[in-house]
Formats: sequence, structure tokens, C-alpha cells
Amino acid sequence: MTIPLRPPRRLVDITVDGEEVRVAEGTTILDACGDSGPCSGKKDIPTLCYGDTLTPKNACRVCMVEVEGSRTLVPACSRRVEQGMVISTDSERVRHSRKLVLELLGSSTDLSTTPRAEEWMERYGADPARFGPDAATVEQPPKVDNDLYVRDYGKCIMCYKCVDACGEQWQNTFAIAVAGRGFDSHISTEFDAPLTDSACVYCGNCVEVCPTGALSFKTEFDMRAAGTWDESRQTQTTTICAYCGVGCNVTLHVQDNEIVKVTSPHDNPVTHGNLCIKGRFGFQHVQNVPTGQKD
Amino acid sequence: MDLRFRDAEPSDEERAAVDALLGPPATAWEGGLRTDEDLRVAAAAESRRDLLLPALHAVNDRVGWISEGALDYICRRLTVPPAEAYGVATFYSLFSVTPRPARVLHVCTDLVCQAKGAAGLCASLEERLGPPGSSWQHSPCLGLCERAPAALALQAGDPPSSAVHGPVTGPDLVAAELAATPETGPADVSETPGSAEPPAEAAVPQAGDPGLVLLRRIGVVDPGDLDDYRANGGYAALRRAFEIGPAAIIREVLDSGLVGRGGAAFPTGRKWEATARQPDHPHYLVCNADESEPGTFKDRVIMEGDPFALVEAMTIAGYATGCHKGYLYIRGEYPRAIRRLTHAIETARSRGLLGADVMGQGYAFDIELRRGAGAYICGEETAIFNSIEGQRGEPRSKPPFPVEKGLFGKPTVVNNVETLVNVLPILLGGAPAYAAIGTGSSTGTKLFCLSGNVRRPGIYELPFGATLRDLLTLAGGVPEGRTLRAVLLGGAAGAFVRPDELDIPLTFEGTRAAGTTLGSGVVLVLDDGADLVKILLRIAEFFRDESCGQCVPCRVGTVRQEEALIRLSKRPDSGDLALLREVGRAMRDASICGLGQTAWNAVESAIDRLGVFSPASPSTFPSTEAK
Repeated sequence: MTIPLRPPRRLVDITVDGEEVRVAEGTTILDACGDSGPCSGKKDIPTLCYGDTLTPKNACRVCMVEVEGSRTLVPACSRRVEQGMVISTDSERVRHSRKLVLELLGSSTDLSTTPRAEEWMERYGADPARFGPDAATVEQPPKVDNDLYVRDYGKCIMCYKCVDACGEQWQNTFAIAVAGRGFDSHISTEFDAPLTDSACVYCGNCVEVCPTGALSFKTEFDMRAAGTWDESRQTQTTTICAYCGVGCNVTLHVQDNEIVKVTSPHDNPVTHGNLCIKGRFGFQHVQNVPTGQKD
Repeated sequence: MDLRFRDAEPSDEERAAVDALLGPPATAWEGGLRTDEDLRVAAAAESRRDLLLPALHAVNDRVGWISEGALDYICRRLTVPPAEAYGVATFYSLFSVTPRPARVLHVCTDLVCQAKGAAGLCASLEERLGPPGSSWQHSPCLGLCERAPAALALQAGDPPSSAVHGPVTGPDLVAAELAATPETGPADVSETPGSAEPPAEAAVPQAGDPGLVLLRRIGVVDPGDLDDYRANGGYAALRRAFEIGPAAIIREVLDSGLVGRGGAAFPTGRKWEATARQPDHPHYLVCNADESEPGTFKDRVIMEGDPFALVEAMTIAGYATGCHKGYLYIRGEYPRAIRRLTHAIETARSRGLLGADVMGQGYAFDIELRRGAGAYICGEETAIFNSIEGQRGEPRSKPPFPVEKGLFGKPTVVNNVETLVNVLPILLGGAPAYAAIGTGSSTGTKLFCLSGNVRRPGIYELPFGATLRDLLTLAGGVPEGRTLRAVLLGGAAGAFVRPDELDIPLTFEGTRAAGTTLGSGVVLVLDDGADLVKILLRIAEFFRDESCGQCVPCRVGTVRQEEALIRLSKRPDSGDLALLREVGRAMRDASICGLGQTAWNAVESAIDRLGVFSPASPSTFPSTEAK
């Protein structure tokens, strides 16, 4: 079998923060500025709704950068470079916009389990509290309707990633969608039915892509509630799922000799971060040690 | 697609409503009864997602709300996942997924109606019918601004019916609703004397003026009679279009200098040329009749008074840009315009002016009318595609632009109603004659929607270049004994101007130079009795309500803007003013579409140009009633 070579991509000249670089046509600004891009110095553009295994939705607007000649800022995650583009990734306008977006999110949503949120808030001087104590929020009790994962929508920033992963981009199950409109928009099954009544197949691919911890393993949710969740004490071991012959890579997150969470490497050519219910949640048998033999 | 359903069954009525639209189900694969034959063939039904919105309408029209059984049946018929259909149904404000009465009264509380006493209507209704939410509800602008304060009653049934009230007093509205009888039948395609709703020309104070171009047939022709339309110059432009061919039509439109009238003012000829050039096929035409900018009602008047003009103009646009299918997307709050256009399209089709062989010229073109369901955002040029495709009406990220990837991912030309009807005089009189009207960069005539505290509200047609003062004079100025306080140009997404700025020329370049905008042609006049703070609160409420919720700056920013304005309406605070500016700037810079980008315009102009909330102007705090 021969794999046809892709036609060579033209290189375009762009300017990023004053530095002239050449990148392949069709590259996104985010990729051009990222670790593997040609820019000297890491730009570290913050992202929330961007997912390395998903088509950018550019809904969170935290990755906005300034492009000369453009009336508005543009989303780095989805805007592709063009010949002669002059990009500023850290101008006053960019910093103001990121600060406000973080403040708007932080004032309406619980970002306590969002990786790096605190760091970015500090970097951009964001103060979500300045909208006052009466600012509307999406606070609500977590939905615990099954034994495998929890939906804590008080932490949801509406990035659409879980919907995309559940739907046409990966799982094709379509158990959840965005319902409502405006500030009332939310992720929902039909008529807000419990998950156990929905089309959900518990692949957990939504949990895999959730950027805020709104979706989490029941194990993680319970341990956080009990105060025993401690990532510094966890090890991660990537192995191959033993259930069938597909050969999915699974990464076992282990704390105190117990599997607490299972993920899959996003760059794994078999899974692209996706698993099925067995690989994702079917780990209990590994630690079922006969009574008396446990140390 | 493997769909999973819960056990909800549709009622016979719901099933009948859906089947009336889609026909009976052919197989068990799409919701029919299972037969032995179905077990032998695995015929996976094709998704017909684009019929989702019409199917939701069918049930909502018949029953008044959409039950889970009805939604599931629609999903089986169209092969759409129920979670996604639920997301679509809950996007639109005219749909309900909880039980409600068959008759619902939508009371406009938007800018114009508010300035004309909508609060009184609501108070009367609340006293007699209870709080809003069930049999009556608040509504954004209904486009009945010349008749403000106004209300629209929608009654589900077979057939559904509607009634329009305006201008109306609280007691009259209550009496009419308690007596509620379906007033308008489906046959309301011509003006009938004695009908409850005034004829379309009642909104055109200049009606019959020989100098009119776009409005010349309003009140002159019978909107239900194709022969009358032809006798008044109708279809001469299409005949000329076939004589000169697509390339020459585009050349004429380019030379005419016509720019879009929906608000963005993009050159129409360039849009057409770019679409016509696309190698990818098919091309689609979309006519944007989702006129929802508060204070705008020009497209409604054209569609109600001269519907065949729009059908003819769409045919020309389709021919010029290589489209064989045109979608006419009308907002759901315009039942009379929908009836008249439906009739006009059917008549044109039966007379060979639409269909496989238009005018015997070998060109195939047809128009499909699609009804919106209460969402301002669907007037955004890419949200309208998603709405037609049966998705939530969320704007898409640009690029790619519609001329490359639009409706169904194909090259698409989107034009506003007023833009399209301008093509008729361009083809009939020639581009040079058209370009001679108006100014150098704003050519032709423009429709203005005069409303608020003016003596003769309505649609006015003036050549570009007339000043705001000319327009106000034409409309009789503010009522006796009143003085002008401010004018809102361009609607909720527009900007205020002061009484000392009335010499602003009403052109795209003139208003831009003055720091305001023509937008869709809204001219809302406010006199010294108007409560500017309340108007600003209503604008903020409008954007908060109508934000689709997709991007953070708009979804949360519009909420924070409203909260800050509510606080400011109670007590001045420089901190809140600074907060407003920062949020406004982020919305303008970082929102996906024009809604979020303009949500702060009017508020900003009121603060900067009118001095609202400035400590030096105590008159801006006339109402300190606690909320």
C-alpha cells in the first residue's frame, strides 16, 4: 500500500510581535505561535475551548490576538495565517480583551478546577469580583445521575467541546447538545432527561475534553468532596487496554494504589484520546483483591 | 444514524400536524409502523435536518407548544438526534417545550412601544390576566412601530390564526383578548375593506406620491393580484434581465453603486460578482427578511404591500448569480407578510414566473419560504444559514465568507429585502440614472422607519443626502408642545444624536463621519417626555435576551452591561461607568458577530453624546423608582 504524499504547502511570511517568520500556508495563528512554530520565544496564548483533537469552535474568545487591518481581534485557534499578516499576541488591546473575558467567565462560572485559570487571571490582572456580589452566575447543584461520571454545570464555560466529542466529531452518539439561548444556554439531553435515560454510552470522551472539570469521573468528584484528591500523589501509567483487539492506549491515573481516573493520550493514533465505556470506566476488576489479601 | 428515544408518543394531533408537512412516513425507518418488509431492507433514512424548523413550526402552530412525544416523532421522521432537536426548539422564543394555552398574546415592550406606553398595556394585562409567561408575554420589537404600542396574538389550531392590535390601550387590549376570536383567516392576501388590520399603505404617509421609487406601488397595486402588479410595471425588470444576461446585470448593479440596506452597507454588486464567480455549485440565494432590529419595519411594509416585487427581485438576483434556489427567510412575527409572500410565490409559480422554465427562458429558479421563530440573531448573515439548515441559529466564524461557503456549505449570496427591490429600478432605469440619485457614495433612495414621538410615524422614502431635519419635518416633527430630546439612529445597535445635530446628512458616509450609523434605517424620535434611562435599560435587556450565547464576551458581557445599567439607574457611580466602558470595549473587540460587537454602541453614545448618567445632568435621573 502506498500513502500518497500531500502536495507541498506554500510558505507565507508573517510578522509575529515584530518578528518576521515563515510558516506553512493554512497553519493557524495558534500553531504558528506554539511550541512547534517558528517563533522564537513561547507566546503562550491562553486557550479554553480549543481542543487538540477537535475542530476549533472559537467560542471562549480567550485566545484573541490582534491582526493589523482587522476591525476586531481574531481568534488565534481558528484563524489561519495569510501572506503578510502582522500579528500582535500581547498588545494592550489583546491584554484588555483577555482580562475581560477571564473576568466575565470567572464572575459567572466556578473556575476552581480549571487548570491554569488562576495563573492567567494573575497574568492579565483579572478581578472577577469587581462585578459585585449580585452578578448573575450559572451556579447550580452537580448532576449525579449515574455511577461513572458527574456533570457539574456550575463549572461549565460553554466551550461546546463535550457536544462536539459526543456528536459528529468523535462518538456520533448525540446524547447532549446546547439548549436554551444567551446566558441561559446550557448543555442538556432532550428535555433535560437524566443521562441514564438518554443516548449516552458512557464512553467518557466528553470528560476527556472538558477544560474546566465540569465533567469528571465519579471517583474524582467523590475524592474532591472528601478532600482526598491529590494530583501530586498520583502516577500516570500508559498501557494497552486489555478488553478487545483494537489496542487502545489507556493512561491509568493512580493514587494510593487505586485507579482514580483513566484517560488516553491525545496523540495516540488509535484513540486520539477517545475510549469506550470499558477502557474508560471498566477498571474496577483490576483492583478487586480477595478479602484478606489486601495490604 | 442510530437514534435513541425515550417512550414518549405523539398525540394524534401532533402526528397529523407533522404528517401534513412531511407526508405520511414511508417506512418504519422514519417513524411509520413496522412491517415485514422493513425487516428485509436496511434502508437507513437520510437526515432531512433542514426541515426541522418547519416541522417544529407545524406542531407549535397546531398545538401551541412542543411536547416530548411530538419532538421525538419529528426526530424519527427527519433522522435528527432528539437532544439536538431539543437544543434547536429551545433556541427560539416563539416555541415552548412546556404546556401553554393555544392563544398567546405577544406584547411588544421594545424601544418604540415602550416610548409610547407599553408599560400601561402590561399593567392592564397583568391586572386582568395575571403575570406574563403563559397566556401573554413580553416581546421584543414586533415591527409594528408606526402603530405603537402594539401586540400580536398567535392562536394555535388548524389552521392557526393571528391578530394584530395597535395602537391599543390597555383596557381595549384586555377586552379584545378576553373576547378572543380568530380574526385573520388564511385568505388575507389582498387588502380587504373593514379588515381588523389596517392596509400596508397606512404605514406609508407618502403613499401615492409619484416621486416614490421603492414604495411607488404600495397602496396602488393589489398585493394579491399578479396581473395588477404586471399592469403597474411588474416583471419588466426581469424581462430586461433576460435580455442583457447575468454578467450585464452584475455590471449594472456594480455601476449603480448599490450597497446593502440591512445595516452593513456592503456593495451588492461585489457580493453578486464574487458569488457568480465561484466554481463550486449549486449556488444559493438567501433573502434576509428576518427584520428584527428594534424600530425597523420597512421590509414588512414592502412584503405586505408589494410582495411580487420581492419575488421578481429575487428571481433577478438568482439569475445573475447562478442560483436555482432561493430561500426567503421571514421572521415569524410577520404573519401577514408570510401569507402574502406565500401567495405571491405560489401565483408566480403557477404562471411560469418561477419553476423549471422562468418566463420560457430556460432558466430554472424557485423560492422556498422559511419562517423564523423569534430570534434576532437569525438576521445575522451566517446565523440565517444555520437556522435554515435546522441548526441552532448561531453565527459562524468568518472567514470563510458566505460567497465561498454559505448555506449548506455552498457559495451563497445573502441580501436584505430592501436591497433586492432596489435592483428593479436599477435595471429599468439603468445604472447611470440610479447612481445620479443621492450622493457620490450613497446612491439611490433609502427607506427610513420613523417612529416614536413624531406626528406622522411610518416608512419614508428619501434620496440619500437629505438631512435628519428634512426627514423630521416631513414626518411633522414632535407633537405640539413637546421639544426634541434625542434621536436614535440605526436601532438598538445604532447610536443617539442630539437635537443640535439634525443637519447630519442621512448617508452612509455622513452618519459615519458624525460617529453614528444609518443601520437599517431606524429613526426613533424621543421628546422631552421620554425616559432615556429606561430606554437604555430596554436596549440592554434586548441584547441580553437576544444573545445566542455562543461566545463569552457577548453571553456574559450583555448580562454585566444590564446589571451595571440597573445599578446606574438607581445611583450614579463612576466605577460602574468605567466598568461599562471596559465590558463594552471587550464585546466590540472580541465577540464573534455583529450583535455582540454593537451591543454597547447605543449605551456608549447615550453616555458620551447625551450626557446620560453624567453628574452634571440631573434630568437624566427622572425616575428613581426602586426595581
